[in-house]
Amino acid sequence: MCLAIPMEVLTIDGQSAEVQVGGTRQTVRLDLISEFPEVGDFVIVHAGFALTRLDREEAVATLKLFEEGLNVELI
Amino acid sequence: MSLFDNFKDPELCKALLDRIHKELDGELRFMEVCGTHTVSIFRSGVRSLLSDKVVHLSGPGCPVCVTHDSEVAAFLELAGRNAIIATFGDLMRVPGPDKKSLKSAQAEGARVKVVYSPFDALKLAQDNPGDKVVFLGVGFETTAPAIAATVKVAREQGITNFSVLCFHKLVPPALDALVGDPELKVQAFLLPGHVSAIIGVEPYRFLAEKHGLPAVVAGFEPVDILQALHLFVTMRNEGRAEVVNAYTRVVSDAGNPKAVSVMHEVFEPADALWRGIGLIPGSGLTVREEYAAFDAMRVFGMALKEVPAIKGCRCGDVLKGKLSPDGCPLFGKACTPAAPVGPCMVSTEGSCAAYYKYKV
Ligand code: SF4
Repeated sequence: MCLAIPMEVLTIDGQSAEVQVGGTRQTVRLDLISEFPEVGDFVIVHAGFALTRLDREEAVATLKLFEEGLNVELI
Repeated sequence: MSLFDNFKDPELCKALLDRIHKELDGELRFMEVCGTHTVSIFRSGVRSLLSDKVVHLSGPGCPVCVTHDSEVAAFLELAGRNAIIATFGDLMRVPGPDKKSLKSAQAEGARVKVVYSPFDALKLAQDNPGDKVVFLGVGFETTAPAIAATVKVAREQGITNFSVLCFHKLVPPALDALVGDPELKVQAFLLPGHVSAIIGVEPYRFLAEKHGLPAVVAGFEPVDILQALHLFVTMRNEGRAEVVNAYTRVVSDAGNPKAVSVMHEVFEPADALWRGIGLIPGSGLTVREEYAAFDAMRVFGMALKEVPAIKGCRCGDVLKGKLSPDGCPLFGKACTPAAPVGPCMVSTEGSCAAYYKYKV
């Protein structure tokens, strides 16, 4: 039940948004998210609420560190 | 392929694994405290790829599993009252006193409805204005804000037939209680990614500062977990112990202040009972006076009662990392996912269930 998954924002309507992962779509609430998402963002969804936005720049920065430190090619 | 899929990259995993094994000196005993980590460590194959010098202990990170016998008894008591019970599906089969469960109560006529979100429970209340609807509030800091937000909406909309049985638990006080146990031999903590997305990094600092234990906030992909393990090894080799946020794509060091403030507006910290651990001061949440009309304990005039623990079940020791699930005499024999004896085998995120599914 603690499962929280990244889902892509399709549309936003007030305090709720349509999100999808794979083929599954659902409506989630945006009451708790501090940085309001935009369409196309990924948000972490738990129990019908978007908790936070996935940060692309941070992901890239982490992957870059791996590339440098471990000599693997990623992005 | 999405950018985020790189955190599953097999080549990167292999590079990290090699580093861990090359640089590790002695044994590394780490504990995770999140059901999603438990499952991910098994399912991704990480556990099977680690040398036996890296010892994985699963702590009290499954909300269903840590829910105390007395709390399960309260669910069942409510199911016997004139109310509609709305619950996350995971609680349905958790055994309570006399081997009763919400599922068996439902079969006997209790009105128990599985919902995906507390918000769905609120809709249920709107759709059934003549009935009282109670949502069973379990879960950690990830879940409590969602339930608090739902209670706020209920108040704003003037809904009077909705309430919450509030048995939420807080992770940092439980970790504090655990590390105080001299029998617990944990050298590092893998911290829960999504709980941390809410509370941030600060509440865990005591692990390093007071106890000299390294701790890493980590995501749930195999790369995230291996990165955390590598950080443990590096810190040990360099003679430091810090609390590190390695899940920066999701967790900001300050957490999510909006969610925290919604949670604290509706709930306040209270002592709570944990399965296997007992009472931990300040480790739970209770509904604030201002929201008393939404507190099922007050609405139904209930109090927690002492009930006998489940016979033979060692979930308590499993949750404290003292016993490996297959060390329980009932594991795989009297207790299987199809016929579970204790909650650690019921919940898909429970250690016993994960162990059974991926090891046996
Ligand atoms: S195997 Fe079953 S009885 Fe034993 S600790 Fe796990 S859940 Fe309890």
